[in-house]
Formats: sequence, structure tokens, C-alpha cells
Amino acid sequence: MRIELTVNGTRREADDVWEGESLLYALRERLGLPGSKNACEQGECGSCTVYLDGTPVCSCLVAAGQAQGREVTTVEGLREGDELDPVQQAFVEKGAVQCGFCTPGFLMSTKDLLQRNPNPSDPEIREALAGNLCRCTGYEKILDAVRAAAAVTQR
Amino acid sequence: MTSTETRTVPTTASGEGGRLGDSPLRPDGTLKVTGEFAYSSDLWHDDMVWGVTLRSPHPHARIRSIDVTDALRVPGVSAVLTAADVPGENAIGLEHLDTPALADGVVRYQGEPVALVAADHPETARRAAKRVVVDYEVLPAVTDPRRALDADAPLVHASREDNLVRAMKIRRGDPAPTAPVVVALDFEVGMQDQAFLGPESGLAVPDGEGGVDLYVATQWLHVDQTQVCRVLGLPPERVRLTLAGVGGAFGGREDLSMHVHACLLALHTGKPVKMSYARDESFFGHVHRHPAWLRYEFGASEEGELVYAKADILFDGGAYASSTGAVVGNGGTLGLGPYRIPSVHVDARGVYTNNPPCGAMRGFGCVQAAFAHEALMDELADRVGVDRVEIRARNGMREGDLNITGQVIDSAAPVAELIRTVRDLPLPPEPVGERDIRELPGGASNTTHGEGVVRGIGYAVTYKNVGFSEGFDDYSTARVRLEAVAGEPVATVHTAAAEVGQGLITIEQQICRTELGVDQVVVHPKDTSVGSGGSTSASRQTYVTGGAVKAACEAVRTSVLRRAAEALQRTGLRLDGDKIVAESGEVVAGLADVLDEPVEETVEWRHRPTFPIDPETGQGNAHVQYAFSAHRAVVDVDTELGLVKVVALDTAQDVGRALNPDAVVGQIQGGSAQGMGLALMEEIVVTDGHVKNPSFTDYLIPTILDMPPMQVKVLEYADPHAPYGVRGVGEPPTISSGPAVAAAVRAATGKALRRVPIRPEHITF
Repeated sequence: MRIELTVNGTRREADDVWEGESLLYALRERLGLPGSKNACEQGECGSCTVYLDGTPVCSCLVAAGQAQGREVTTVEGLREGDELDPVQQAFVEKGAVQCGFCTPGFLMSTKDLLQRNPNPSDPEIREALAGNLCRCTGYEKILDAVRAAAAVTQR
Repeated sequence: MTSTETRTVPTTASGEGGRLGDSPLRPDGTLKVTGEFAYSSDLWHDDMVWGVTLRSPHPHARIRSIDVTDALRVPGVSAVLTAADVPGENAIGLEHLDTPALADGVVRYQGEPVALVAADHPETARRAAKRVVVDYEVLPAVTDPRRALDADAPLVHASREDNLVRAMKIRRGDPAPTAPVVVALDFEVGMQDQAFLGPESGLAVPDGEGGVDLYVATQWLHVDQTQVCRVLGLPPERVRLTLAGVGGAFGGREDLSMHVHACLLALHTGKPVKMSYARDESFFGHVHRHPAWLRYEFGASEEGELVYAKADILFDGGAYASSTGAVVGNGGTLGLGPYRIPSVHVDARGVYTNNPPCGAMRGFGCVQAAFAHEALMDELADRVGVDRVEIRARNGMREGDLNITGQVIDSAAPVAELIRTVRDLPLPPEPVGERDIRELPGGASNTTHGEGVVRGIGYAVTYKNVGFSEGFDDYSTARVRLEAVAGEPVATVHTAAAEVGQGLITIEQQICRTELGVDQVVVHPKDTSVGSGGSTSASRQTYVTGGAVKAACEAVRTSVLRRAAEALQRTGLRLDGDKIVAESGEVVAGLADVLDEPVEETVEWRHRPTFPIDPETGQGNAHVQYAFSAHRAVVDVDTELGLVKVVALDTAQDVGRALNPDAVVGQIQGGSAQGMGLALMEEIVVTDGHVKNPSFTDYLIPTILDMPPMQVKVLEYADPHAPYGVRGVGEPPTISSGPAVAAAVRAATGKALRRVPIRPEHITF
């Protein structure tokens, strides 16, 4: 089948999509956007998090066909021009990135959190990011990055 | 132009600033936050096909026949391969060539690769794989490692006399020691998974001339290359490996996974082949941490000073050896912990079973042992009435002591300082009043508002060898090039040492900047066109590859100064920043001024040699360096439901010298989390050789809600024998954190808890 959708503000289409393909697969393998990650492909790790019409979803759990005619934002769409989003900048600067495989998902979840709650407490950060697994950092520097991004965003 | 050129070389990056001791930003950080960093599962090629693996459903079975006819008929399928299609020797393995690349006549564990399928879509390949008809004759399986050495146990490998992989003996001091105080216990450690997030994956591209280029996530390119060449029957110059972006490793990428399989399919089809495991397959696609059964006895004086220690340690190696031999070596030589013990009797064994193969994971043989020796140390402390911190300080190794293999600890061994340091760190506040449920056991499940919740505190210390041991020729190779680009000196550092997320590429840049006085350092992609960097394991890369980069920089500096001396007809020149100065301090040239031609040097660097231990006594200088850490855990336990919330997990570690302090802390925090995971939640459940929970739904790793704040105290007692004084960092925190958590849960509940992970029913029943 053919799917048409808007990804990071650009109209895109893909042909010969098998009905069983996930949105994650379509993004990664058909639309040249591998930034969303395939760590578990069963909705447990959050590494594939994208926004579907503005709402964070695990793109591995969304069928590609369900994105027909809708707007998708991926990690590739976070930055404007050459300038990193404050959340991206904070993750780089605070050492929240080691292997980085979880990072795209954390960035999407963090940005969503800060849009809803610009000044989250630590328990609120932990609850909001509990659906994103990281195996490298122990999360301390991720918390540092979220706090730093919140401070910048509020400025 | 092929697309691989834009998607296979993620780590070429330059960065500015940041000498040794600074914490410059990772050169790959921006790529990783923008989604541009090319991990091994992100690679693609215009005309590539997808490879999938058909795996054994049985722990032990004879393969009577394999019929691929139906699978080949599926439209879109380009190849179906079995052991009959292996052109070279069908044998891989890190220590023993006991592992077929594809099962040949027999399968020895559930999940063993049996056949490969290539097709134009991964789903087509998966469906075709289901049409491969394998006629199995199920055989009796040995799945209890405690029975594996029984005379009537089925043989996992029919060519062997028994199921023993390795047995190690350590004998020291009084062969029949007695002591006024004797404590003993049995302990059991479950099977932990590395659970790196980036799945096993990569892209094999045939070169059209019978060779292949493989882009893959790994921990050691050259040992992969050797193994792939053997199976393909090709020389190394025709099998070239490049490191693709690695989504974590933790030991789980030491063994081959899809490497050979993708190359076989690529050479057979003539097309680029991509393979990428789903998470369930990943649980079958790499080795795990050995489950272990440990029996320990300590004899001590009335004051709690150790007189003797006995240990019997059994590791379940699973169906293939992987690195079981070296794990037994660590369990044996290091398995009594960082203590002074006059008389020692240790037996450590690793056995074959029909369980999933086990091998390397962060902490490597020391993790399992530490749960036992630290639990027993608490028991001893309580028996003799000495504080649990003080008993460790009292018995802890000091510089100049002999360890249990008779090796002199010839640099800092600050056990007492580490354990007292964590004790003295601020404790979390005592709970008062209404608490946020997210900070209580059970969390947002709202299972308690504090009723039935008891707090406990636990301590643990450890030590771990750094680098490869027991006589292994442990070296790394570095090539450093210095040239002028637009009038500025630029260094390029090229090693094959795998960057797996730990930040080695940052360290390589810092060393070059420090040694050569340049700002711009390009990290060349990691590949096999330069000599081996050795494995990214055993906490060794900053030490060994760092040592190689340092040595290569020194060679470059010598060459540059020789050239400058000839060009300028001056003697006694030295490099000061990016200036060449005379003895008087006079600047005689800029560094770039003498770089009309690039200078390049390649150096192979080795640490001090280690030696095999005596097979009868276990005595010898087995290890090159030891790294020490201590943890204090504070937990709240819901004693009614058996739920645990770790409230604080604080640590102190001697890192020799922190070349990149932020990265050091990141390693320590991440390592601590993995140790905590084993203590409380992480276990691959294997029943009769069958894995029951191959998913992140059922195999739990700590989330951000599970992890507590972690205070990290870094000590820097430089090791005079190591480059810059560094000491390996990555593994100790994974060893001492878990036992501290287990001790804290024991303290809260009063239960013995002689098994990890501790499950709710262990607490409530």
C-alpha cells in the first residue's frame, strides 16, 4: 500500500508498504529517518518515541497505515536549522549521552514533559521518563540534563 | 555513490579543547542527539536484502535432516543457508573453537542458529524461515549445572570426556586451618543479561571479488575478523571490518552474533545483507552472565580478623565455552574479595550444560563472588560483634599486601578508606510525615503510604582485575598522524579499539591534545586497516589503548622535533603547546610550520606482562592491575509485599587518575545501576533449558523510577605503573553495588536472602 504523511513538517510518501509494518519501520527503512530507535520493538523501552499529531507514541506500536494523513515529529525534527533544541543541548552538555541509543526517545519524552510542565520536580521527571529505558547512565546525568533544559526553557 | 558512504562512518569527528583532566564534550554527542549517528541497525544500502536466523527450539537435539525447499520457493527469498553451505571451518569461539557458526548435526541450546534466510523484506525472510523443515530428534539435556559433572550426565559435546570447561584451584597457607570463629553460607546468583539497547545488527557488503566488508557493532574488531575469516575460508585482507555505531555492549558483544551469518548471505547472494535482531532474538543472540552457586566459609579470630577462607564456586557455562575459562579464572583468583587472608582454599569450576551459553558481562566472574563474600563478611561482623564497616576496614587489603595468588598489590589498595568514605557520606533524610508515593516501594502502583515499610543500610567492597590476565598478550595499536591543515596543526588518531558508549574517543582526543599541543584531533573510524586495539572489556581501554595513543603521540613528537632540528639546524628543541621552542625558551617555529609533510607513527603498546598461575597451587602474578570500589545502599522495604525501593546508592572508587572526570562518574553511576538490577530484578529465567522471559516486558532492568540519587566519591591514587596513573573504572561499580543493596534488604528484613535477584516472595515468606 501507499502511505502519505507529514514528517517533521514535510509531506512524505512511501510505496509498497506491507500492511504489517510499524511506523518505526517505515520511518527508519522507507523514509530515511533512522533516528527513532529499535531497541525493543514492543513498546517497553521508549527508544522509538515520536509525536503523532503532537502526542508521544511508541512508533513501534503504531502501524504505518495508522499514520496516514497525520503529522509525525521525530528526533530529526527537534532542531531548528543548525541550532540544537535546548533539550538536545542539555543532554550533550550534561553527559547524559553514553552509547546514545536511548537518547532520541529520552529527548522526545523530555521535550513533551517540559511543554506540559516547564518546572518539573524530580519525582515528576522520574514519572514522566519511566517509560524510557537507559542501560548506560544510571539516569543521574539524564536527570541533570532535564533539570538544565527546564532552566533554559523557562528563561 | 552508494548510500553506505553516508551511513556507515559515524565516529569521524573533531573537537576542540579538552586536555587530560578536563571533561570535554563527546565528539559524537551532537550526532547522537540529532539522530544522525549511524548505529549498526541504521545502516542501509540501495540493493540490500535482509537476513534472518532460524534457531533451535530445543535445548539438545540431533538434526536428522533440514529441508529448505519450501523456504526457497517463497517469492522474494534469495538464499537459504545451512551448515552445508559454510565454505570454511564451521567453528567459532573466544577460547575454544567449540561453537558452530550454524548447527551441524546437533543443537546444544534453545536458540542455537540452524539456518539463515535472505529476502527482500525482513517479514518475508521471517516467514520463509518458518518453512524450513528441520527434523529434530530430541536428546536428553543436562540443565542443572550441579549435576553436569556426574558420571551419568549426558555429554553436551560428545567429543569431550566430561562437561568440564575449566577447574581452578587456589591453595595457600595452612592446608588444614582452624579458627575460633567460623561462619559459612551457600549463595546462588541468577542469570543476568547485558540488555544493551542497540540490537545485534550490521551490514555485510560483498566487494564483487569474493571478499566482504562488514559494518558491525562489536567490542573487538580483530578477534571478530579472525573468527569470520576462519568460517568463510578467506584471508583477513578480504574480510574488512568497520565499527558501526554501538548501542551499548557490557560484555555481550565479545562473542560473534550475526557477523558470520551476514557475511555468508552476502557472499552467497552477491548482495549487501542487513541483519538486525528483534529484542526476543537478542536474548538468544548473545551470551549472558553466568549463573553461579557458591559455598563459602570464613575462619576468623575473636576480633574478626580473617584466618582462613574456603570457597567452592560453580559457574554454569551453558552449551558453549565462550569466555567461561577466563570467568572461572576471575572467580577463582578474585573470588574472596579485597581482603588479607593467610590461608586459602578455593575451587572454581565452569561447566557445559544445555542452557544458554554464558560468557562476558561487566564484572566478569567477580560479580557473582562478591554477593557471597560480602554476605559472609556481614555474618562474620555480627558474629564477633564488630561493625560491618570496620570489619572490612580491618581485613581490607593495603598496598604491599599479598593477595590470595601470592601477588604483591603494588599500587594503592585503599579498602579501608573507601568503605569508611561511603559510610561518612550524608545519608538520605529519615522518612517523616506524608511521603510522595513515587519514593516508596511499589511507587505509583500506590501499594503503601509507608505502612509496613522498613529502612535498611548495607555495605560492600570489591576489587577487580583490569586488563586481560594469566599471561594473555594484551596489547593495543595506535596510529597518530600530525599534519598542517589551513595553517593549523591537526592530529588524526586511528585505533581499532571499540567505542561502545563509554567515551574512549573523547579520551583519545584528550591524549592527543595533551601530548601534541594541538586543538584539532580527528578520530578516524575504527576499522581493521590498523592493528588490533584489543577488546573493549576488562575496564582496559583507557589504560591499554590510552597507553598506545600516548606512545604513538610521543613517537610523532620525536619525529617532528627531529625534523625541526634538521630544518632549523638547532638542537635541544621541545614542544610547548603548538610551538617549537629552544632550550632557552625561545620560540623557533610554530608546530604547523614544520609540517610541510605529515608525520605519522604507529605503535603497538603492551602493559606489564601477566603470568599463568600454577595449576596446583593457583599461585602467580595473574593480573596487571586491581581496581577497588565500595558501595553503601539505603533501601526501604515494604515487608508485607516484599517490594524494595532503593533510596540511595552511594559509592567511592579509586580511579588512579580521572582523565575525564565527568565520564568517570558516568561510568560509575551506570555500572552501579546494573549491579542494583541484578540484586533486585534482573534474571533470565531458564526452565529445563528453555528461556521463559526473552523480552523487556518480562526481563526488567532498572528504570529512572527505580534508581535512587547516587553520590560518587572519586579517589585518585595514581598507579605508578600505568599510563598517566590511570586505573580501570568501568567494572568495579557493577560488582560492589549489588551486594550492598542485598545487604541493605537483609538489614531491613532480617532475612538471610542467600539468592539474587531477591524477589518479593523471598521477603514475604
